[in-house]
Order: sequence, then structure tokens, then C-alpha cells
Amino acid sequence: MPLLALSYSPTMWWTFAFVGITFAVYIYIGWRSRVKETKEFYVAGQGVPAIANGAATAADWMSAASFISMAGLISTMGSDGSVYLMGWTGGYVLLALLLAPYLRKFGKYTVPDFVGERYYSETARVVAAICAIFVSLTYVAGQMRGVGIVFSRFLEAPIWLGVVIGMVMVAFFAVIGGMKGITWTQVVQYFILILAFMIPAVVISVQLTGGNPIPQVGMTTSDIAVELNKLSTELGFGNYTDPFTSLDRLNVFCLLGALMLGTAGLPHVIVRFYTVGSVRAARYSAGWAILFIALLYTTAPALAMFARYNILNSLHNAKVVDVKEETRADGLTKYDLYTLEDKEGNPLQWVESWQRADLLTFEDTNGDRVISMRKTKEGGFAEAPKLDKDIIVLATPEVANLSPWVIALVATGGLAAALSTAAGLLLVISSSIAHDLYVHFVEPNATEAKKLMIGRIAIIGGIIIAGYFGIYPPGFVSEVVAFAFGLAAATFFPTILLGIFDKRTSREGAVAGMIVGLVFTGVYIVGNTAHKIIPGIEEPFFGQWFFGIKPQGIGVVGCLLNFVVTFVVSRFTPPPPKEVVELIERVREPGDAQPPTKT
Amino acid sequence: MKDKAAYWRKNIIIISCLLAVWAIVSFGCGVLLIDKFKTGDDDILIGQLPLGFWIAQQGSIYVFVVLVFAYAFLMDWVEKE
Repeated sequence: MPLLALSYSPTMWWTFAFVGITFAVYIYIGWRSRVKETKEFYVAGQGVPAIANGAATAADWMSAASFISMAGLISTMGSDGSVYLMGWTGGYVLLALLLAPYLRKFGKYTVPDFVGERYYSETARVVAAICAIFVSLTYVAGQMRGVGIVFSRFLEAPIWLGVVIGMVMVAFFAVIGGMKGITWTQVVQYFILILAFMIPAVVISVQLTGGNPIPQVGMTTSDIAVELNKLSTELGFGNYTDPFTSLDRLNVFCLLGALMLGTAGLPHVIVRFYTVGSVRAARYSAGWAILFIALLYTTAPALAMFARYNILNSLHNAKVVDVKEETRADGLTKYDLYTLEDKEGNPLQWVESWQRADLLTFEDTNGDRVISMRKTKEGGFAEAPKLDKDIIVLATPEVANLSPWVIALVATGGLAAALSTAAGLLLVISSSIAHDLYVHFVEPNATEAKKLMIGRIAIIGGIIIAGYFGIYPPGFVSEVVAFAFGLAAATFFPTILLGIFDKRTSREGAVAGMIVGLVFTGVYIVGNTAHKIIPGIEEPFFGQWFFGIKPQGIGVVGCLLNFVVTFVVSRFTPPPPKEVVELIERVREPGDAQPPTKT
Repeated sequence: MKDKAAYWRKNIIIISCLLAVWAIVSFGCGVLLIDKFKTGDDDILIGQLPLGFWIAQQGSIYVFVVLVFAYAFLMDWVEKE
């Protein structure tokens, strides 16, 4: 409970020190890069070098979910978890090849700017701005929650306090430094988060694969996969490496498509490409970014495999030493705190802190004082009813008995991942509200100082809303996230793509396409998950009637519908005016003002 | 004007080729064919892992990195012409 107390464990002292140092660095950078113009505030003056923008994009892209949850998800889903790896990186390829260079050439500040001008329509601009705000808010609340969880687990502070500290941090470097402050803190945050992810993975790889320090090679060449398959089959889960155990082929296909198309349309990553000096720099910074991202994304599956093996191996047949009834922080809920030791009789200390954080529970149902990790009919573990996926990355260093400073480093990395993404998202929210909506419609003649002030007020507003949802998260987070991805896939991606590659696409076509994509995707997701998101409804309105596709993957169908409708309607409506055709010509030209320089 | 049209055509060809590789690796090898890499009844292995599993969790990501850099290099080359 207390944030400042004398009863700190070595891990907590290390965490305190690391978090303190990194936060001081973020504050220093935010202060050094304070800005005076809107161009600096929204796009960092367009003077960011390609490789620095690559690192910043990677940090922006990799959220608390990539750092904390993804390896846990893969660890649980086995081979089918690959969709998240391929989906999030493959979507980036689409973004780099089809969108980023042209939006950079267009050269204004935001995605709604592009949509509004290309489709000569104020309605299209408003729709794009609202979609951008919705998608970004959904995401940022999750990041704030991530900050709260790290604080509560590693410093035993209440979640609300962690969220508030996170809000103050982001406010400091985003409000003062704008995009410039965010960019340079993101560069630093990338290096912190990648170190924090790689160090434990390397150490565990050495432990489990007979001394191989490269996790990617260790998982491939050692017999860890064979051992894990044997253990997993024995417990009733089947081979870890077998595909289509948790999803069928069609659903894996659609989920992969929806993740890719949705990722390519995420506005906070698109705007990062506005910050570099030229189209050529945008292409190279995309290359650096995916290289930096791939470092984490190829390590994650190795970590997932090692963690699965370690957790099953240490918990299955662990002996129950003691069971105490304890009360949670709310003073009401009671639970059983288990003290365990492994097969060789060594105490398993790590299980206690995670039980206190309510992310892990045990229940010795058959009373034999031995924990069984066999598969139940529902697919869970027989005597560990709750084993939260999020603890896989955070607990792995403890499970593997690593030093306290490594554990503290992981906590610091999780914070860096969450804060860097939150900052990028808040900037999109701010630019959508202040630049696309308020300044554009209400006060187009505002002075530079006034515009900057409106942008800052909008960021503070965004931080407060995000913090609120971080402290009181709605119970249907995963449904909302599915919706955000589906929405980005069914609206932004086809609309921007056709806007660049098809000159004939007209205002009417684009608006009709967006509406059809949005309505189809929205109705399918809400109808399928009504019992989870609308109070008082017991059952979904309808099942997965479209070929049995799950709501998470339906965005791919919405996207296709959008393409078809936009294409057809555009052929039957008046073509775009001459200025717009000229705009498209200009966006397509290679022309950098300066001759290409070496990157 | 003619130059511009030629530049755009080359750009489209390059993007199409790169995205064809992208689709074959991810949707093809990573999903549709993931369990088809077999000799008889045995999985084809890379190290100790089934080839399809390795492509889905490792190989595809390496290919994506190469594709994005390849695009940057190819466009440099086209722009020089």
C-alpha cells in the first residue's frame, strides 16, 4: 500500500531508482525541447533525422500491450498466437509502402487534414477527426492502465496513484515539448524498453537452451520446443507448435487481415512520418523503425516459449507448504494465499506477490497438497483458476530466479513502452480536437500563440479523460479494442489508399464507402458482443452469422466492402475537381526540394 | 509529364512485387500452408521447429524488414534515373 515506506525489498529499491532516473531524463528532455510554434508542436518542425524517427516510431508503435501482454498471449495460444506477430509487423509493411511516403509529401499536420482536402469535404474531415479521437482514446486508456499495474505490482502503490503519476509525466513532456519533446523522449524510451525486454530473454535463453545467448536462435536449435511439446501434451494441452488449436483456419486468416489493415490505419503512427525532412527520409525511417520493432517481435515468441515451459514446469506438482486466508486492499474480499515449493523443495517466492496483486490464484481442489496444472474441460488449469496472461512477461524474470535489478529493469521498460505510446496518442487527440475541429471551424484566424495554447489545453483534456478510464476501466476493454482495430481497418485504410492510388475516387464514393464499412463492422461487433457491453442484455443479438467469423476479424470484411462501394459509387458520381487532381499529382511526385543526401 | 507517368508506373510495379512477397509469406506460408510443409507424415524441420511454425513466428518478420528496406533502396534507384 504505501509508496514510501522502510520495508522495501531490494527489487523495490532497484525499481525506485530506475524509475526515478528515467523519469528525470524524460523531464529534462521535455524541458530542453519546449516549443514556441504550432509547426514544432504538431510535427517537430519536420527536422527529425530518419534513424531517430525510426526509433521514435518503434517506441510509439510498441505499446504496453506489445511489451507486457503479447508474449503472454502467444504463450497461451501457442502457434495461433503468431497472428499477433505477423499482424502487427505485416500491417507496418502496408503503412510503409502504401501510405507513409505520400502523406509525408502532402505535408500538412494530420490525417483528417488529408482526408478533408483530398475529398473536398468538411463532413469527411469531421468524420475522420472523430474516428481518430475514438481510436486514440481507446488505446490511451489501456496505456494508462498499464502504468497503474506496473506501479501497483512493483512499488505496491494503489493503481490510481500509479495512473496519476503517469498522467503527470506525460503531461510534462507532451504539453511543454509537443511533438518535439515526445520525439526525443520516445527515442530514449525505445532504448530503455528494448534493453528491458532483451536482457531477461537472453539470460533465460542461456539457462534453458544449453547456453545459447540469442533467444531467436535458442528457440530454434535447442530441444526446448520438443521438451515443451512433451510437457504440454502430458498435461492435456496438445503440442505447443501445432496450428489451429485455439482458432480455426478461416478465423486466423481474417484476424490476421484485420490486424494488418487496422494497424496500417492507426493515426498516431502515421503522423510520425510527418516529422522527417523529406519523402526519402520517410522511406528510410520506415525501414529503421521495422528493424527496431523486429528486434522485440522476434524475441517475444522465444520468451513466450521459455515462459510457458518455466511456468508449467515449476508449478505442476509444486508442493503446498501453507495456505493462509488474507483480505484484499478493499477490506472485504477474502482469498487463500498459497505458499509453494517446487519439486526439489526450493521455495517459490514469486507466486506470493502475484497472488496479492490478484493476477494469480490457486485452489487445491482435491486436497492432495500438490498443485496440478492439467487442462480442464474449459481449457484452464485444474488447480490454478486464474493465471493472468499479463504476468508472463512481468513474472518471467522472477520465475527464472534472476537478480532484483533485472526485475526492476523490466518494470521500467514496461513504463517506457506505455508512456511513449500514450504520448503519441495524446498528440493525435490534441491535434484532432484543436487543429482539425476547433481552429478549423471556430477560429481559423487565431494567432500562433493562441493556436498553441488551444493545442496544449486539448492535450491536458485528453490526459484527464485517459486517466479516468485508466483508473475506472470499462469491463469490456477487449471488445472496445477489437472495435478500434475494425474501425481503423474499415474506414481509414481504404479511404486514404484510394485517395492516393485512384484519381477517380470522388467525395460521394469515399463517404459512402466509409459509412458502409463503419456500419457493417460496428453492427457486427456490437450485435455479437451486446451481452458484454450493454447492461441488462443477457445474450448477443445474433451469432457469428458471417461464415462464423469472430468479431475481432470482421474488420477485414468491412474493409473489402468499403473498397467495393467506394470504387463503384465513384464511377457513377461526378469526378473530383481540378485542384484535387493536381493535389494527387503533387503527392505522387518524387520531388524532394533538395537532392537526396546520404542517410 | 511523361517522366512523371513513367516514374509512377515503376513505383506501382515495385510495390506490387513487394506486396506479392508479403502476401505469400504471411497469408500463404504463415496461415494457409502452415501445416502443409511435410515430407510424408513428418514435419519439415528448421532446427527443432516445424518449418510452418518457424515462418509464422520468426521468418515472416525477417522478410518484412527486408521488404521495407528493399522499397527504400529501389525507389532511390528509380529516382536517380
